[in-house]
Amino acid sequence: MAAVWLLLPLLLSVQAGDPSERRPADSFREELLLTPLRSGDVAATFQFRTRLDSDLRHQRVSHYRLFPKVLGQVISKYSIQELHLSFTQGFWRTRSWGPPLLQAPAGAELWVWFQESVKDVDKNWKELTNILSGIFCASLNFIDSTNTVTPTASFKPLGLANVTDHHLLRYATLPREIVCTENLTPWKKLLPCGSKVGLASLLEAERLYYSSYHSQSVHIRPVCRDASCSAVSWELRQTLTVVFDMYTNGLGKRDWSLFKMFARTVTEPCPLAAQSKIYVDSGYDQKEIDMFEVTPSSALDVKVPVHGDQREYMLYDLLEPELFNTSRNLNVGLKWKGGSDSGPPQPPVFHAERYVSGYGLQTGVINTMIYNNHPYRAFPVMFLETVPWYLRLYIHTLTIMTKGKDNKPSYIHYMPAKDRQRPHLLEMLIQLPPNSITKISIEFERALLKWTEYPPDPNHGFYISPSVLSVLIPSVRNVKTDELEASPLFSTLFPSSDGSSYFMRLYTEPLLVNLPTPDFSMPYNVICLTCTVVAVGYGSFYNLLTRTFQVEDNKKGGLAKIIANIIRRLRGVAPL
Amino acid sequence: MGILSDPNRRQALSRVITRLNAPLCIISYLIGLGWFLGLAFQPFTLRSYISENSMGSTMVDEKFIYGERALSYAREFAAHRKSAGGSPVAWLERTMRGIGLEVYTQSFVRNLPFPDESTERYMVKGTNVYGILRAPRAASTESLVLSVPCSEGQNNNQAVGLLLSLASYFRGQIYWAKDIIFLVNEHDLIGMEAWLEGYHDVNVTDIKSSVMMGRAGAIQAAMSLEISSDVITSFDVVVEGLNGQLPNLDMVNLFLAFCQKNQLLCTIQGKLQRNDFDTFPGYLHNLHTMLLMVLKQGSGRPQGDHGLFLRYHIEAITLRGINSFRQYKYDMVTIGETIEGMFRKLNNLSERLHQSYFFYLLPSLSRFVSIGIYMPAIGFIILILILRALDLWIKLSRPETANEDGVAESEPEGRPGFLSLATPIVICHATGLSLYYLPVLSQEMATDHFPVSESEAVVLIAIAIYVAGLALPHNTHRVLTGVGSDQGWMTLKLISLLYLAVQLGCIAVINFSLGFILAITIVPVAAVVQPVGPK
Repeated sequence: MAAVWLLLPLLLSVQAGDPSERRPADSFREELLLTPLRSGDVAATFQFRTRLDSDLRHQRVSHYRLFPKVLGQVISKYSIQELHLSFTQGFWRTRSWGPPLLQAPAGAELWVWFQESVKDVDKNWKELTNILSGIFCASLNFIDSTNTVTPTASFKPLGLANVTDHHLLRYATLPREIVCTENLTPWKKLLPCGSKVGLASLLEAERLYYSSYHSQSVHIRPVCRDASCSAVSWELRQTLTVVFDMYTNGLGKRDWSLFKMFARTVTEPCPLAAQSKIYVDSGYDQKEIDMFEVTPSSALDVKVPVHGDQREYMLYDLLEPELFNTSRNLNVGLKWKGGSDSGPPQPPVFHAERYVSGYGLQTGVINTMIYNNHPYRAFPVMFLETVPWYLRLYIHTLTIMTKGKDNKPSYIHYMPAKDRQRPHLLEMLIQLPPNSITKISIEFERALLKWTEYPPDPNHGFYISPSVLSVLIPSVRNVKTDELEASPLFSTLFPSSDGSSYFMRLYTEPLLVNLPTPDFSMPYNVICLTCTVVAVGYGSFYNLLTRTFQVEDNKKGGLAKIIANIIRRLRGVAPL
Repeated sequence: MGILSDPNRRQALSRVITRLNAPLCIISYLIGLGWFLGLAFQPFTLRSYISENSMGSTMVDEKFIYGERALSYAREFAAHRKSAGGSPVAWLERTMRGIGLEVYTQSFVRNLPFPDESTERYMVKGTNVYGILRAPRAASTESLVLSVPCSEGQNNNQAVGLLLSLASYFRGQIYWAKDIIFLVNEHDLIGMEAWLEGYHDVNVTDIKSSVMMGRAGAIQAAMSLEISSDVITSFDVVVEGLNGQLPNLDMVNLFLAFCQKNQLLCTIQGKLQRNDFDTFPGYLHNLHTMLLMVLKQGSGRPQGDHGLFLRYHIEAITLRGINSFRQYKYDMVTIGETIEGMFRKLNNLSERLHQSYFFYLLPSLSRFVSIGIYMPAIGFIILILILRALDLWIKLSRPETANEDGVAESEPEGRPGFLSLATPIVICHATGLSLYYLPVLSQEMATDHFPVSESEAVVLIAIAIYVAGLALPHNTHRVLTGVGSDQGWMTLKLISLLYLAVQLGCIAVINFSLGFILAITIVPVAAVVQPVGPK
């Protein structure tokens, strides 16, 4: 006991002896953005940002306050520069919902930039996917060389980085991954407040999976600690997007409220949060605002540059004490004032769709249609296609047609597949003329797999991961993105270069392709029958066809034959 | 095979084949025919069952109650259709959007080779309207289709009404795992083909159509609905598709399961099922049903809009509501429940329908004949050709057996050359090809120069080719094989018989009905025919 008392001042002095800049100043911000979509659905985007004010790359961090230790250790151990992981169920319908803030492909997606110090990237990648598989209770361990690619231009680091060597990047998707509560629970555990208080208390699994679209993701990247960028912090950004179908839930009414969507209301912010806010999108202009009424009304309106335009948002700051003064809870709701039917929805500036064409089980065509609905501006798109090896792409059939004319890509990178080893990778930079539809099509042949390579449900088909479209869209007005720390979280995920254009990444729908499938219902019978037919039928027919038959008049013969012939001669019959 | 390796037994066998050839052929023909007729006898057939596990074990609980809404939609649709003089595209679009579907249209134009029977026009123009119900939390990889043809006249108004009310009911449910496409296609088969070609982005039939925007992944199953009255007395299921293709038997079984559950009166080929299967009238009834199916399948013509889906490996059936003079009528609620139930079961599918049979005959709705049972019927008929071929072969291979003295004559005519055999066969094929292509290709030229209509031109050209064809092989054969050669015609017949046997076998595998109809008519002629008269 005495020893402890002796040691205590020593420990304290160690703490106090740290230089002042090493003082842990980690911060946590939480934010919920509610966006009424054009189709009448509501998108709720949660963003939780934990900042770790130590550099995981160079120093050994053993003390974690808000930042989850499990991720911090993974980053140090595998020398990760950036990590982006998303689990999604459903598909963001860009055409009817408008451009997404942050889309993710259906299933699971993981892309990681490793640090330059990594010698064997593939080994680290393999181990990392297995670790993440355990952390997030997902089948990420199915990521192997057959679905991993190294894109050259589509995925650039989002955080502070001077690495541009794309060999340090690995990208993989698992379009078949089913996302459910077992993935949500470990994700919620990474939050400093868990799901007990704060905005995360709204995340109840039962309601979240009663929706049209559900996407949760984890983004880890190094960021500047302050404006001068003198030191590096690590940012963990957890986002969760849900789209609620108000038509199904609300019996045809489009009104919504927090309670209707999540079956609970916000009662208090997370006490560890430095910032806790709810934003409600109120559109571009005043005309739209008049169509609905938001309760309780908020005095605070903010303008945020999103998608190249200033959008107005109503802001509820949960850290303001008077917000909970009148009522103990906050239930943000929206009522439409009527005039809800507004004809066909206006298509967004940029969207895409993909499909397989052709019939039969031998060949097919993968088509991607990319729409540029901008009235007068052309912009480039970076197109990434990953196709598994069992679809043999015929690269010479690649055609890119815009308005009936051939559109020549200005950059093209193609890595052919190797059977059972790696997938096809096709990356192209294509210029999209204004007001145009560009069709990219490429033919493929379906391979016949070995019979043990088929999954248990071979007739379901095989998934092809979505293609990725990274695009710089010209802004409507020149808007400057604010400081990383000061602006709302939802506007600062992608680093913006200048105000004249904004970055967006769209994913197309995954494809389901049937491969020629043997009849697995009676393999034993079939194998037995085939073997029998081949052995008996083929063998003897071949024998008959190739042999010539002659009646052999054998004079020699045995003793019995000689005797028989003598008897026959006596009887006057022809000898044998 | 030991029989064949032993020269003595081999000789005995060949003797049997040559001596008893005619009786063997007749017996074989009779067995084949008898086997076929026996297929309709109920104790010989199998009771149908749902093989697909994901559709079988659980019954869904249907909750469709919006029959009145269906009828009001139908009346509204009829009114708009009358005023629009065709498919009321704008109204359909508006209504579907109001229901909450993603609505798209596809317009198409098809030039017909012959003028339309009713309206005497050469060009068919139309617009298909379809709305996609997006399944929540699914990435549009799979879908189901409910289609209703919006044909000429005032047919199918009730079917469109039911489609719309089903769509609005389905929209409010959250259990969908596959997108559902609600399609109203104009001009029956032409519109359906245009839509399918647009959806799969292929061009098989030269239909010009607008770019299709909305898709919903791989279509797993489809159902086409035809109802032209407010109440129905029975439901008829149509299975025969293009070129005799059939949907997976599970589609029929699924329909049968819901017929039984909702106690609907269900028919196939317009015929009800009888309970007295063991009596002679019961057997005749089944035989009649099966023969109707054989005729329809053998024609190769799709008997409903569903038939065109089958090319794209989409299992589909057509359901036809029949309103006859029976007393008990079913309203839209029962029909809607049946379709709802079928869609919910199809929604449960985890794989494409593949478990059950693709090749079958249906002597009644609940009984089927599988490919393993019906193939021997045609096998016996084809056996005749093989017996005849063996007979010829044996005769050809030992011409010296005629003179018993053992001094084999030097072959008088010699074996017929390759050219003499190949020429008639090539000419036959050329005639066939010209019959297939020439009438359609040259009808335009014919109508320009002669005072005939398009359809007459085709018939006349076909006749002309036949007439020309009559002269050809006769003359060439004489020239090539020389006069009086038995070996010549025997070799030619041997090859033709084998060729015919192989072709009939192939056709029978693809389309049993067509193969059987051809075999039962051609084979006796082919077996008997041989050159006679002055040489």
